[in-house]
Amino acid sequence: MIKVRSHEITPERIYISRRKFMVGVGALMASTLIPIGCKRSEDGILLPGTDFCEVTQVSRDTDELGVKLTSCQAIINYNNFYEFSEGKEDVATLSRNFKTSPWTIKVGGLVSKPLTLDMDTLLRKYPQEERIYRLRCVEAWSMVIPWVGFSLSKLLKDVEPTSQAKYVRFETLLAPEQMPGQKDKFFDWPYVEGLRLDEAMHNLTILATGLYGKPLPPQDGAPVRLVVPWKYGFKYIKSIVKIDLVTEMPVSFWMKYAPQEYGFYANVNPDVTHPRWSQSSERRIGEINRIKTLPFNGYADEVAHLYTGMDLGKFY
Amino acid sequence: MRWFRTYWLHVLTHIGALIPLVLLFRDFTQNQLSADPIKEIQLRTGSYALILLMLTLGCTPVYIISGLKQVLQLRQLLGLYATMYAGLHFFNFVGLDYGFDFALIREDIFEKRYAVVGFAAFLILLALALTSANWWRKRLGRNWKRLHRLIYAAAFLSILHFLWQVKVDIRRPVIYVVILAILLAFRIPAIKEIVYSRSKWLKKRRDDNSQLDEA
Repeated sequence: MIKVRSHEITPERIYISRRKFMVGVGALMASTLIPIGCKRSEDGILLPGTDFCEVTQVSRDTDELGVKLTSCQAIINYNNFYEFSEGKEDVATLSRNFKTSPWTIKVGGLVSKPLTLDMDTLLRKYPQEERIYRLRCVEAWSMVIPWVGFSLSKLLKDVEPTSQAKYVRFETLLAPEQMPGQKDKFFDWPYVEGLRLDEAMHNLTILATGLYGKPLPPQDGAPVRLVVPWKYGFKYIKSIVKIDLVTEMPVSFWMKYAPQEYGFYANVNPDVTHPRWSQSSERRIGEINRIKTLPFNGYADEVAHLYTGMDLGKFY
Repeated sequence: MRWFRTYWLHVLTHIGALIPLVLLFRDFTQNQLSADPIKEIQLRTGSYALILLMLTLGCTPVYIISGLKQVLQLRQLLGLYATMYAGLHFFNFVGLDYGFDFALIREDIFEKRYAVVGFAAFLILLALALTSANWWRKRLGRNWKRLHRLIYAAAFLSILHFLWQVKVDIRRPVIYVVILAILLAFRIPAIKEIVYSRSKWLKKRRDDNSQLDEA
């Protein structure tokens, strides 16, 4: 008999959630993904207790423009997540024990069929697929991330927004006992973000549940976060518990504190300068030289039509 | 030993000012400077420069309170180290961050107020560092003192440079504003008088002097 040391045994909860995640990711991934540095035990089950990045799966190592993926280590160790810390490097440690199971998301507001989903149902109901996207932070750095997730439009279609619904409002979990940053009364928690309904329905807009072929680690917004690749990273609200369809434009977290700097639209735009620094160039994490920032972060062909006739300098 | 008794504060200052540089170098070689090392170098050198600048301005208040004359000699050293870190900060920005691409720097930076005040502060520090030697002090005479009062402007501009870059949470730069205000308060004659009259060592010295007068 093979001896298994106790620390190598995965707690059942994690094991089950991993399994469900992998089932959700589906046959597509299993058949086409390239395992990188795969460390497996003989029966094919992932070894527990290994670092997140030791076993990762992606279908390709560049985005559609041929830009190389950002390293997994950088993605999980460099996080803007003020709910845990204002220090990007402290988030991974402080979020280690963040409880993401059980987790429910309430979808409601101006809809005909409000929905309350737990993560298992969500993963089962909406097949997960890989989406390799560029992420451009408003602070002028960027990454290329292989997300796992599904188009938000699928979820929104299921709840049937009424004709009064014009915007989608998202809310992060409020749990100061788990998220030390939320004890800081300087900010008004929880984090809130919003999209115009047509932006939310766009096929590029996803709810991400994983990256590098694995469930999201807490520091990257587990268990489910928004990803809108043509917008600045602060729009990508993390650890979502509530999605509401509304009539009025939601006031997002950063808009409330500095409306002249962080607009509702927050489309990546090299020509609309941040009041305090330029947005015309960026540094891709892992590289030294700055590169030119692309309009709509390189997704102009897909999304520019959403904003025809709008003054993007005014609606930043 | 006598040498050490005279210069222990200098030795301590050299060590204290160089430790951050050693740590920076160590973290750089061990790839421990976060996922964005250029940014990390920028943040660290900037805050070292600011801290050293505050310490430079802190010498006079410490002297007023403690009467340790040796502390006044540290101003030059601390100021030079502040300039060194400001220089690293500047060259990291222009060289590593922007790869000496002056077209990009011009369009990205020179409309941005934070960059303008930061650059102005650096030029002031550079001018003060270059004229800090005794030779210059003698040569410039009274003008030397006037010139070196610009350190107050450099401190103010440096804090402004910091303040104009934080996202929303301005608490850290505000701490520097408060520290600077306290350090400057010591230079106000009325406040200086109060501190003088209350500090024991001065009283003692004054008493000693009056005894001498009587004798």
